[in-house]
Amino acid sequence: MRSKLKPEKIFQLYFPIVAILAALLLTAIVISVMGFNFVEAIQALFVGAFGSLGAIGETLNKATPVILTGLSYAIAQKCGIINLGAEGQLYMGALAATIVGTNLNGTPSVIHITITLIAGFLGGALYGIIVGLLKNLFDASELITTIMLNYIAMAFCGWCISFPLKDTEATSNFPQSRAVLESVQLPRLISGTRLHAGIILAVLAIVFYYVFLKYTKKGFEMRTIGLSRSVAQNAGMRLSTTSLLAIFIAGGFAGLGGAIELLGVQFRLINAFSLNFGFDGIAVALLGNSNALGIGLSGILFGALRSGSNRMQMITKLPVAVIYMIQSFIILFVIGRSMFDFRKLRVYKRFAKRKMLQGEKT
Amino acid sequence: MIDTITSFLASDIRTATPLLIAGLGILFSSRAGIVNVGTEGFMLVGALAGVVGSWLTNSSLLGSLFAMGVTVLLAAIFAFFVVYLRADQTVVGVAINTFALGATTTLNRILFGMNTSPPLINVFDVVPIPGLSKIPIIGDALFSQPLLTYLAFLSVPIAWFVMYKTHIGLKVRAVGENPRACDTLGISVTKVRTGAILFSGALAGLGGVFISMGQLSFFTEDMVSGRGYMVLAAVVFGRNNPVGVMLATLIFGAGDALMYQIQAAMSGVPYQFSMMLPYLITLIAVCAFKSKTRPPAATGIPYVKE
Repeated sequence: MRSKLKPEKIFQLYFPIVAILAALLLTAIVISVMGFNFVEAIQALFVGAFGSLGAIGETLNKATPVILTGLSYAIAQKCGIINLGAEGQLYMGALAATIVGTNLNGTPSVIHITITLIAGFLGGALYGIIVGLLKNLFDASELITTIMLNYIAMAFCGWCISFPLKDTEATSNFPQSRAVLESVQLPRLISGTRLHAGIILAVLAIVFYYVFLKYTKKGFEMRTIGLSRSVAQNAGMRLSTTSLLAIFIAGGFAGLGGAIELLGVQFRLINAFSLNFGFDGIAVALLGNSNALGIGLSGILFGALRSGSNRMQMITKLPVAVIYMIQSFIILFVIGRSMFDFRKLRVYKRFAKRKMLQGEKT
Repeated sequence: MIDTITSFLASDIRTATPLLIAGLGILFSSRAGIVNVGTEGFMLVGALAGVVGSWLTNSSLLGSLFAMGVTVLLAAIFAFFVVYLRADQTVVGVAINTFALGATTTLNRILFGMNTSPPLINVFDVVPIPGLSKIPIIGDALFSQPLLTYLAFLSVPIAWFVMYKTHIGLKVRAVGENPRACDTLGISVTKVRTGAILFSGALAGLGGVFISMGQLSFFTEDMVSGRGYMVLAAVVFGRNNPVGVMLATLIFGAGDALMYQIQAAMSGVPYQFSMMLPYLITLIAVCAFKSKTRPPAATGIPYVKE
C-alpha cells in the first residue's frame, strides 16, 4: 500500500522543527554571551550523541527513561490531568524494582526480569494513584500534590538506601542499595556498546500507548474527559474511576522508566538516581504533541542532548545544566507556536486573499 | 523548654518570610486569574541574582533590587507567553522552572566555580527592635529578625487594603472573575494581568533573595526545592486573601522550622524523615482545604478579546 503524504502531515512537523531551531539559536546567543564558543559546543554535543556506535547506544539508553516519563505526562494530559509527578513515580518504581531485583536469587532470568519490571510499574502506578485519590476526595490540585509527592518520594528512597536497603558491604561512603542480581540486568543489544534492551521496552510502551488510546473503550473515555468533562459526564462516563486509571497508567509508565534505568544502566538505587527524567518527560510530551511517534522522536532528541552534553562539558567546560535551558526554550517555542504561524503574517494574508479572490472569479 | 519554643518561633517566622513575600505577590496574580507555576523558577533566579548583585555591589539592598529587576524581566517573558500568546499557563510555568534550573546552575558554576567556598557577601542582618526584643519568650522570636521580615508581615494589612479597598484591587479581582465584563467597561484585561504578573515576579524574586541571603548567606543549586509550589499552595490554602496567606505560610514555615529543630535536637530521627515534613504538611494542608471558597472564576483561562 502506498501512503500518500498529505500536506497537513508535513505541516505537523513545521512547528516542532521551527521550535527546535529557534531554541538552538537562542541557546547559541545565550552561551556566546557567557563567553563560550557555540560552534565548538554544538559540535561536541553532536559527536557525543551520534559520533560512534557507542555514542548512539548511549543516546538510546538516555532516551528510554524520558520516553517513558513523556508517555506518563502524555496519557495523564489526554485525560485532563497535569502529571508533574513523574519524577517521584519514577523513584518509587525504581525502589520497588530494587527490592525485587536484589532478592529472589535463583529465579530464571526472563521471569525475574519480568516480575521486576512489573514491580517497577506497580510502584510508580500506586504512587501515581495517590494523586488521583487526593484529587477525587479532597479536590486537591495535582499541580501541588505531585510536586510535594516528588520530594517525599526522594526523601523516602534516600532513607531506604541509608537504612533497610543499604549496601553494608559497599566501600563507598555514599548511601546506596545493593546492586541488582545479574539475572535481572537487561541484556546488551550490541556488544561493545552499553545499549541495553530497555529501548525495546520503550517502543512497546509507545505501541501500548497508541493502541490503548486509539482502540480501547477506556482510552476513548480518557480522551473524551480530557476534551470536555461535561460531555463525558453527559455521556454517562465515570469520571473519577477513569481518571484514576489514567494516573495509574501514567505513574506506571514513569515507574517502569525507573525500573528500566535501574536494570539497564545504574543497577543500584542511589541518591540523585534520576537525572531530572521526570521533568524531561514533560518537554518530550509537549514537543511530541502527545503523539505516539512524536514522543518517540522527541525522546531520542532529548536523549541525544543528555548523552552529548557530557562530552560538551568535557571539551568546552560548559556545564551540563545548559541543556535545561535548551529544553525550556523548546517548550516555550512549542507552546508559544502561534508566534511562528506564518499564516498570521501580513504577507501571507495578502497572498491568501488574492488567491481567494482569484478563486471567486473563475 | 522556653528556649526551644523561642528558637522554634524565631525559625518559623524566618522560614515563613520568603513564602510570605512571594505569596503576597502571587496572591495578586492568582486573583487576576493566573496560575503561576513558574513561582519556583522566579524564586530560584531571585536567589542567585540577589547573591550576584550583593557580591558585585557589596550591598544587600542593591543586590535585592537587582534580583527583583531580573525576575521582573523573567515575569515579562511569562506574561508575554501567557497573556499575549495565550499559551497554557502551567506549561509556560514549567518551562520557566526548567530555564531557571539550567540558568542558575550554569551561571553559579561559571561565576563561583564548583568546589570553592562560597564568596563572602553582604546579607540581611538581624535588626533587633529596641525594647520589644526584650520581652520574654516571644521578644527574641518576633522582634529580633531581619528588616525584610518585619516588612513582609507589615505588608499583610497593606496588601489587604490594596486588594479590598482600592481601585487597583477591585480591577485585579474583577479581571479574575469576569474578564469579559471588565473589557466591556473599558478595563484592559491584558494590562491588569500583565501588571499582576510583573508584580508577582518582583515579589517572588525578593522571596528567593531572602532564602539565599536571609536564611543562608550563599547560593546552592536548586536551593528553592519546592518552596515555589508551597507558595502556590499557601495562596490556595489561605483562601486567596492576604491574612489567610500569612497564616498558611506560618503553618508551612513551621514544617521547615520543625525540620531544623528535629535535626538539631533529636539525632535518633533519620534526617530524611524530617526533610519530608514541610512537604507532608503542605500536602495535608492542600487536602484539608477542600474548597469552601472557590478560586477566581477565570482561573487559568486565557482571555480572547472579541
